[in-house]
Amino acid sequence: MIETPAQNPEPANEGGMTRRTALKALGATLGAAAFAQAIAPLTEWTDNLTIDEYLQKHYKEMSPVDMAMVIARLQTETKEETGVDVHIGDYRPQPGVKFGYALNLSVCVGCRRCAKACHIENNHDRPSGNSYIRVLEMQKGSLDLAKGRVNYDHAVPDKEKFYMPVQCQQCDKPPCVSVCPVEATWKEKDGIVVVDYNWCIGCRYCEAACPYHARRFNWTKPQVPAAEINPDQGYLSNRLRPQGVMEKCTFCLHRSRQGKLPACLEACPTGARVFGNLLDPESEIRWVLQNKRVFVLKEDVGTQPSFFYFFDE
Amino acid sequence: MKRRTPIYALFAVLALAAAGGQWMLTRARPAAADHSTVVARIAVPASKAEVPSNRPPGYRPQVATGVVDYHGNAAGVACMTCHSTRTPNLKNGIAGVVPKDFHQGLAYAHGGQSCLSCHHADDYGSLRLADGRKAAFSEAQLLCAQCHGPQTRDYLHGSHGGMNGYWDKTKGARTRNTCTDCHDPHAPAYPQWTPVFAPRDGGARQQATREAAHAETPNASHHD
Repeated sequence: MIETPAQNPEPANEGGMTRRTALKALGATLGAAAFAQAIAPLTEWTDNLTIDEYLQKHYKEMSPVDMAMVIARLQTETKEETGVDVHIGDYRPQPGVKFGYALNLSVCVGCRRCAKACHIENNHDRPSGNSYIRVLEMQKGSLDLAKGRVNYDHAVPDKEKFYMPVQCQQCDKPPCVSVCPVEATWKEKDGIVVVDYNWCIGCRYCEAACPYHARRFNWTKPQVPAAEINPDQGYLSNRLRPQGVMEKCTFCLHRSRQGKLPACLEACPTGARVFGNLLDPESEIRWVLQNKRVFVLKEDVGTQPSFFYFFDE
Repeated sequence: MKRRTPIYALFAVLALAAAGGQWMLTRARPAAADHSTVVARIAVPASKAEVPSNRPPGYRPQVATGVVDYHGNAAGVACMTCHSTRTPNLKNGIAGVVPKDFHQGLAYAHGGQSCLSCHHADDYGSLRLADGRKAAFSEAQLLCAQCHGPQTRDYLHGSHGGMNGYWDKTKGARTRNTCTDCHDPHAPAYPQWTPVFAPRDGGARQQATREAAHAETPNASHHD
């Protein structure tokens, strides 16, 4: 008889590795790698990251119950860290409201009280003197922002100069939102561009994308003396920020969404600032837009700001 | 062929033109506003949820005496304490003519007005409008509005003068400054301020460094 190979199926593998074993090993390796990849974020676990914080969902995916628990947790943490009882509200956009802000450059004297009020209202880091507002001293007859000086230090207003406070323009086409890789920043229905500090990864793409230099980065954990903490806080606005996240002007949404004027407007001694609802034809902001010579900053970049500047005649 | 224009067509065109002209006139110059409406709009702001800050009805200024009363409070005297016995000098305040005995240290820098342009010679507890009628000190805006039209217009539309409170008047009240909260009526030019809160962020530091470098080499061509 002639022996066929079929009758001796594994003639060459005695003492070697079978295909089955090889595939098992390969599968096990891939599986282990996938598992390691899946739990990789855990390697970034730090002492100041709690389980709840780690498992927190995106702002838009949280139910009211989730949100209440998050807020309770944040309030408790603030109490433990600073000893201050704060109230953090989750203020939502009001229907029929789109916020607009206008600034009268003929009236602004450059006293920087708005920047200071922002610093206090929004619980900004004290050592760095952070504020969402930067006041530029500009040469009359020019709108070249690059030539604006921020660190002027003399009696104001100088007759040869005008003063231009710049803050977040709450653009309708915000470049900062489109560059965010994790959707930690977005535009709300009332026009305010917000940041979820618990979702932000701190990559600072938005800071680079903003043509108005309106975004700020928390290089350190913001330090505010307990006695100076503003306890009226909003989840998306002035609550105490963690280290390593972006922040920006929110038109004081913890105030404006409750009908109040923003802190920078209240601080303005000359009334250079006009704030209101763009959808209300009777509002003062609409009167300004209809009756004053209004312009926006860097119109050519197509951001469509909700922040307007004007001169008196 | 000669076209004949009927005479009634000419009349019709004339009548239309007259009516149109009348209509344009009424549009260009609306009927003079009733004074009481203007008073109501300026003195009592349109919404009830809006209060001028610190000039309540019945407010009357007092002249400082430099004397302190038993409780340590500065004692002032009402205007009529002296003015009821003195004859008004119409020229006071105009170009260098200032009271010799009283109101020392008062600034007179308001467009060459006489004191009695604004103060009422018969009742120093009131102000005097241009047509001679009295206005209370709490309605000082009325007086200012006589000359400062654009500012009054902007004030009435919320784009002149500081404010506090609520933008949404259905939710709360708003407090507004009045003219004399910020402008000294005797020297109304807005003063210069010392800016507060010098910036310390990266941009400010970079600018300081740049300017320092520029100052060291003033002749070098400078490129940012």
